[in-house]
Amino acid sequence: MKRYSVFAVAREAMNWHTGWERAWRSPEPRRRYDVIVVGAGGHGLATAYYLGRNFGITNVAVVEKGWLGGGNTGRNTTIIRSNYLQDPSAALYEKARSLYEGLSQDLNYNVMFSPRGLLMLAQTEHEVRGYKRTVNANLLQGVETRWIGPGEVKALVPIINIDGPRYPILGALYQERGGTARHDAVAWGYARACSAMGMDILQNCEVTAVRQANGAVQGIDTSKGPIDCGKLAIVVAGHSSVLAEMAGFRLPIESMALQALVSEPIKPCIDVVVMANTVHGYISQSDKGELVIGGGTDGFVNYTQRGSWQHIEETVRALIETFPVISRLKMLRQWGGIVDMTGDRSPILSKTPLGNCFVNCGWGTGGFKAIPGSGWAMAELVAKGEPGPLAADFGLDRFREGRFIDESVAAGVAH
Amino acid sequence: MLTLTCPCCGVTAEETELAPGGEAHLKRFGPGASEAEFEAYMFARANTKGVVFERWRHAYGCGKWFLAARSSVTLEVFGTYPAQTSAPPADLIAAIKARVPGWEGYP
Ligand SMILES: Cc1cc2nc3c(=O)[nH]c(=O)nc-3n(C[C@H](O)[C@H](O)[C@H](O)COP(=O)(O)OP(=O)(O)OC[C@H]3O[C@@H](n4cnc5c(N)ncnc54)[C@H](O)[C@@H]3O)c2cc1C
Ligand SMILES: [Zn+2]
Repeated sequence: MKRYSVFAVAREAMNWHTGWERAWRSPEPRRRYDVIVVGAGGHGLATAYYLGRNFGITNVAVVEKGWLGGGNTGRNTTIIRSNYLQDPSAALYEKARSLYEGLSQDLNYNVMFSPRGLLMLAQTEHEVRGYKRTVNANLLQGVETRWIGPGEVKALVPIINIDGPRYPILGALYQERGGTARHDAVAWGYARACSAMGMDILQNCEVTAVRQANGAVQGIDTSKGPIDCGKLAIVVAGHSSVLAEMAGFRLPIESMALQALVSEPIKPCIDVVVMANTVHGYISQSDKGELVIGGGTDGFVNYTQRGSWQHIEETVRALIETFPVISRLKMLRQWGGIVDMTGDRSPILSKTPLGNCFVNCGWGTGGFKAIPGSGWAMAELVAKGEPGPLAADFGLDRFREGRFIDESVAAGVAH
Repeated sequence: MLTLTCPCCGVTAEETELAPGGEAHLKRFGPGASEAEFEAYMFARANTKGVVFERWRHAYGCGKWFLAARSSVTLEVFGTYPAQTSAPPADLIAAIKARVPGWEGYP
């Protein structure tokens, strides 16, 4: 792999930019790999990357039915934060957020991490108390957040309407080092680094069966033929239950549609991320100038990547109430992704009934922010066969034991 | 927009009038159940990519619960039926089989 640098740009400019090599190879599948990761979203690619980087395991394939990053990773609104309530979540999400800080250097790929600051608005007394509690929890967890009043909110977000008719702004939970990153670049950066370590990313290669014997996985069948493996990591978000069914077990997951939309590009008007969980809407402005907008999830099982119309309307209505200035903006695009929801709104990083098979799923509406930390923890789980401290609390056994990591009360909408 | 016909009051309702209630026909086990059985009842979900059976409530209508058979891939609705049934009715199963060749049937 040729390193990207200012010198490389200058060198390639001399050749009219015809000399850039492809960012990753597109190989044919080998017969066997030590580890197969199913799903080339951010979490699958990061799992593969840290398997190589932290454990020296590079005989790895990442198998993807479509194109890499084409699932939720390429469909999300890129909010990054770690202001969670429960200790295990704060540890995992803060690990991820802190890895994001150095990710561009680590991958030699600009993931455009932008810690521009993130506000979670409190618009009811209940939220005020809830977020003050979160600030206190975050203090104990070593996650830097603070409570700010309506005046400071207005100073940070001049276009906000703080005395709205239904839900005036009573303050906000502020994480200054939260923000956004470029979603595609995260997937591409990891993919390029994996490929450079000799790993195979097999796109347009759908897993159709999980072959097993004596309680262990032997390999998978794919649209490009059978491939054997020493270990299998299932990292397929909304399709987790489908893969689990192939492997012969069930997951505590329901797959639902979550939508997002972007406006026409406009001049910079908001330089922080604002989440309004009571009215179900959140907003940030992309580098291209589009307002990136998201809202709530549908309530029923759906694999179509198409959500319900009324959610778009509800989301836009909520945001116009909070930001009246955007009421005449045209919306440019709208799309959906299939998110993997767990009951406690926390992810699953776990062993499975099959000895050499592991799952990473349940990130639901909020897993983009977690990609580096999730990959880090998942690589350890796959390499050692046992979870490390970051993943220990996120096993499937927590459901049987009633040890939930309940983030559902902490945030109605959690992106 | 998803439209379902409520078998209780006969109204054909849009999704906004209805509240989804998750997977139908979950078997609740008694006090002597094993932990695994209770865990399965509480948390494990089929979450099928294909034909699903689920609970709905006519929340902004007659208020009653009912069940529906639907495709989670095409969003096609195969039919609705009363909540007081422990398995999908035979004529509905036949109708789904006619619409979805290769479907293995209700387990
Ligand atoms: C609209 C929307 C907005 C969101 N906003 C945010 C946000 O602001 N902040 C945040 O942190 N999170 C957000 N999320 C959540 C976030 O996008 C996801 O949690 C995260 O991207 C999941 O990454 P992943 O790698 O697990 O899954 P994915 O990126 O979905 O990757 C899974 C891959 O598995 C592949 N696959 C599936 N089945 C098979 C098979 N049989 N064989 C081979 N491959 C298969 C899929 O094609 C897919 O590429 C949002 C999600 C959506 C939909
Ligand atoms: Zn009714």
